[in-house]
Amino acid sequence: MTDAAESSPDLNLTRVPEVGSAPIGSADEIHLAHLWESAPGWRGWLSTVDHKEIGLRYLVTAFIFLLMGGIEALIMRLQLARPDQTLLTPEQYSQLFTMHGVTMIFLYSLPILSGFSNYLWPLMLGSRDMAFPRLNALSYWVFLFAGIFLYASFPLGEAPNAGWFNYVPFAGLEYNTGPNIDVYALGMVLLGISTTVGAINFVVTLFRMRAPGMSIDRVPILVWGTLTASVANIFAIPSVSLAFFLLWLDRQTGTHFFDVVNGGKPLLWQHLFWMFGHPWVYAVVLPAMGIVSDALPTFCRRPLVGYSAVALSTMATMLLGFGVWIHHMFAAGLPTLALSFFGAASMVISIPSAVAVFAWIATIWLGRPVFNTPFLFFAGFVLLFVIGGLSGVMTAAIPLDFQLNETYFIVAHLHYVLLGINVFPVIGGIYYWFPKFFGRMMNETLGKWSFWVMFIGFNVGFFPMHLAGLLGMPRRIYTYAPNMGWSTVNMVTSVGSFVFAAGILIFLVNILISLKRGVLATPNPWDAPTLEWAIPSPPPAYNFAVIPFVASRHPLWEDRLDEGAGRSSLEQGYLLMEGRETIGTTPLDAIPDIILKMPEDSYTPFFLGLFSALAFTGLLLHWGAFTVLMTVACSLSLIVWMWPRKALVQRVPDIKQDTGAVHG
Amino acid sequence: MNDSKSRFRHCVAFNYAIFLCVLAAAPASAALAETENEAAPLNYFLHSYGPASTPTMYLGWAFVALMVAIFTIIALLLAWAVLRKRTVEDPRLIGREDEGMPWIYIGTGVSTCILFALAIYSLVTLNVVAKPTHAPALTLTVTGYDWWWKVEYEDDDPAHRFVTANEIHIPVGLPVLVKLKSADVIHAFWVPMLAGKTQMIPGLTNQQWIEADTEGVYRGQCTQYCGVQHAHMGLEVVAQSDAEFRKWQDAQRKSAATASVTGIDAGKQLFLDRCAGCHTIRGTEAVGAHAPDLTHLKSRRLIAAGLLTNTPDHLVKWITHAQDLKPGTRMPSMVLTATEIASLSAFLSTLN
Repeated sequence: MTDAAESSPDLNLTRVPEVGSAPIGSADEIHLAHLWESAPGWRGWLSTVDHKEIGLRYLVTAFIFLLMGGIEALIMRLQLARPDQTLLTPEQYSQLFTMHGVTMIFLYSLPILSGFSNYLWPLMLGSRDMAFPRLNALSYWVFLFAGIFLYASFPLGEAPNAGWFNYVPFAGLEYNTGPNIDVYALGMVLLGISTTVGAINFVVTLFRMRAPGMSIDRVPILVWGTLTASVANIFAIPSVSLAFFLLWLDRQTGTHFFDVVNGGKPLLWQHLFWMFGHPWVYAVVLPAMGIVSDALPTFCRRPLVGYSAVALSTMATMLLGFGVWIHHMFAAGLPTLALSFFGAASMVISIPSAVAVFAWIATIWLGRPVFNTPFLFFAGFVLLFVIGGLSGVMTAAIPLDFQLNETYFIVAHLHYVLLGINVFPVIGGIYYWFPKFFGRMMNETLGKWSFWVMFIGFNVGFFPMHLAGLLGMPRRIYTYAPNMGWSTVNMVTSVGSFVFAAGILIFLVNILISLKRGVLATPNPWDAPTLEWAIPSPPPAYNFAVIPFVASRHPLWEDRLDEGAGRSSLEQGYLLMEGRETIGTTPLDAIPDIILKMPEDSYTPFFLGLFSALAFTGLLLHWGAFTVLMTVACSLSLIVWMWPRKALVQRVPDIKQDTGAVHG
Repeated sequence: MNDSKSRFRHCVAFNYAIFLCVLAAAPASAALAETENEAAPLNYFLHSYGPASTPTMYLGWAFVALMVAIFTIIALLLAWAVLRKRTVEDPRLIGREDEGMPWIYIGTGVSTCILFALAIYSLVTLNVVAKPTHAPALTLTVTGYDWWWKVEYEDDDPAHRFVTANEIHIPVGLPVLVKLKSADVIHAFWVPMLAGKTQMIPGLTNQQWIEADTEGVYRGQCTQYCGVQHAHMGLEVVAQSDAEFRKWQDAQRKSAATASVTGIDAGKQLFLDRCAGCHTIRGTEAVGAHAPDLTHLKSRRLIAAGLLTNTPDHLVKWITHAQDLKPGTRMPSMVLTATEIASLSAFLSTLN
């Protein structure tokens, strides 16, 4: 207060944040709840910017997409169960496998991880929200509308049909005249907006929103995973958005980026697509690996072995991930020397994965495992990770990939990677954080059943795909002849896929039952070490009644780890309750830096998302005037959003006297 | 508490054993699949018949053996880590953070060495299969179409060049250069028992070489998704002795001998009216360029890009029901009367 000489009389830009405690039920706590809670009913539902609400919406929406993609897969497995089946027409099959890929890769695998990260980051980092709460809401709404956009043409039989990789010229106007590909191209550009703003939000949140004392080497591995994935997305998404935008221009305005007759280059598409595609593959597994690195130790009753090594390997994977895209194009006829570099790089990228695998095994070995459902999912994941990794090494051997490429071996590999490394940790993570989300425990008996049915079904379903690939079965064929030798493996795969689906069903039943009748959860039912378990289950709207001071990587295990790093302060901390506020800290050491005034709930993210989706719909249907109108509506939404407000001016805290306490 | 924990440990061990059995049963069932159906014509993993693919097959065996070994070791380590007996301790106790780094050092160190060796082995193999040891004896151009293959045999003498479709003949024991083009979308040329696959990209000419060291028929398949009938875009490579190959080549170079045969005029006229827009028969006025050259149709083993064996019945079925057999194919289902079918069949049966 005393140093505020330079600020204008009515705008005091420095303030000493008050340190204190606000136990549940105290006047301060009630005031905080009043400040942070969204309005009841549909108004709150449309306008909320609460990261927990948005995170849950991400989880639920992405899971619904997983189920839709799964149903598509089951229909395809019926078609492929026996040779010469005629359940589906070839065109229906094309649309199904394309939408299956698009759904699982774009609408499920990253959004579900964004859901976890959105929900958990502020809780793990000891903050009251993400850095940009409204941007967070926008990210969700655009994701939802892009998903609906991509699916809207399905009932009309005009869904994308050129594979998720969408190679030109097959995806060009000459060979694909319907609206199918325009839906895909515009949907992907729209979805790219969601992913990009979401990624920016994560990066800024990590560097600015950590609780005082949570230096960069004290953040959970999930945070490292999502940070790495987000940085990668910021670099990778422009490539794919550009590719789809150029394709849309080719199709709608007659440009010649990919049009061979006029000097366009089909190989350009492959490069642009895989420059994005390969980093994306890592973006959809690294946060899931982070889930395991954070949650597995809880069930091993010890910290993760090799925290720094695992965090560094996460980033190393991503860096290398930008240099291996050619291994999707080994069969494209590129020069042998170029292939050699990318083949070698693809081998090298296995090394950081080895670091993580041995860290997990060592954690289990040195720990005392508690056989709860989440542990089963995480331990099962390690095994699937190894299988997916080893088959990946095989595809990195260039001459071998000349054979394996575009066969079911790749299908097997990518399902071990995406289901094994994404779905298993995700479901394990839901079992783990369900009590935090909803305040109730999930049923253990059903949980164990769901694991074993999923695990056995998954391996019965997907392992034989390796063999189908070695027996020469190409990908994306809608049927096969009985004399190809693929009948048995396909029947086994189909049976396994339905068993796997039954496991998912048990999991869903468990969710429904546990939501209603689950045992009420304490704040920390698993005796876990990280900050999200320091607050009630489910967490209050403001997350932390006081912003905690963090003194170690495992604030809730400090008394038992006794590493001599001081003690975190969870009950006493910054009160910050003059409106929605939280603390901003320095990027590396997390020294308090600024009092962040957080925005109120707002309808603008919803409307901006809606209007942009409608603008894209206008582009798709060639409604010129409508598109212009919606673009103007987008601009108006942005003006409302950005309108400067005095209440949101940030304060510099006078914290000199507090830094000692933080590192004490 | 302790009892239920040990019971659970047994349960985990039991289920884990089931899982390992499943993995072990899978190769067995695949081997069974092969014997059941007598042949898996694209089974490149166990069968290779040429120098462009055999080193890769060995590479594949080495990789699979090593990967199975590594997997087994890690799976056992993991199982041991999960199930090994621990002394009973206070459940609230937390292990120390700084232990266990040797696991990472040793595990990653060994993995790195193995990966390094594998990288070298695969690059050496790449070098071996990338090009033939001596100059190709024959050059042909294969062009991918939706959904069939045009095959052009090159020759310095233009009179000796000829075009055929979906069936490539090569002399055994000699390297053959295959230039790969596409007339429409991206396809990929793959005859797995002779060589790996290479994309056929419109606007570019890719290259690939094949060589068969044993006489026989080798199945090929398009492996780049190219539209609704991608599944039915097959081909065959027939490797034969040099003498047999020359005989075949000489026969293919000739035009169709339709003029010397009597009683086929009606069928020929029908072909010219209804089929010649797309198909060529050298020696007649049929010069369509959108579909397979049918000059020596009867000499081929299969029709419809590997979909059906080349019998008179299949041929009629294909002509009249192409859209049922291969939905979406460019070949229409022709509406023909019984007389027309008979005369067309009679004409086609002369295309030796």
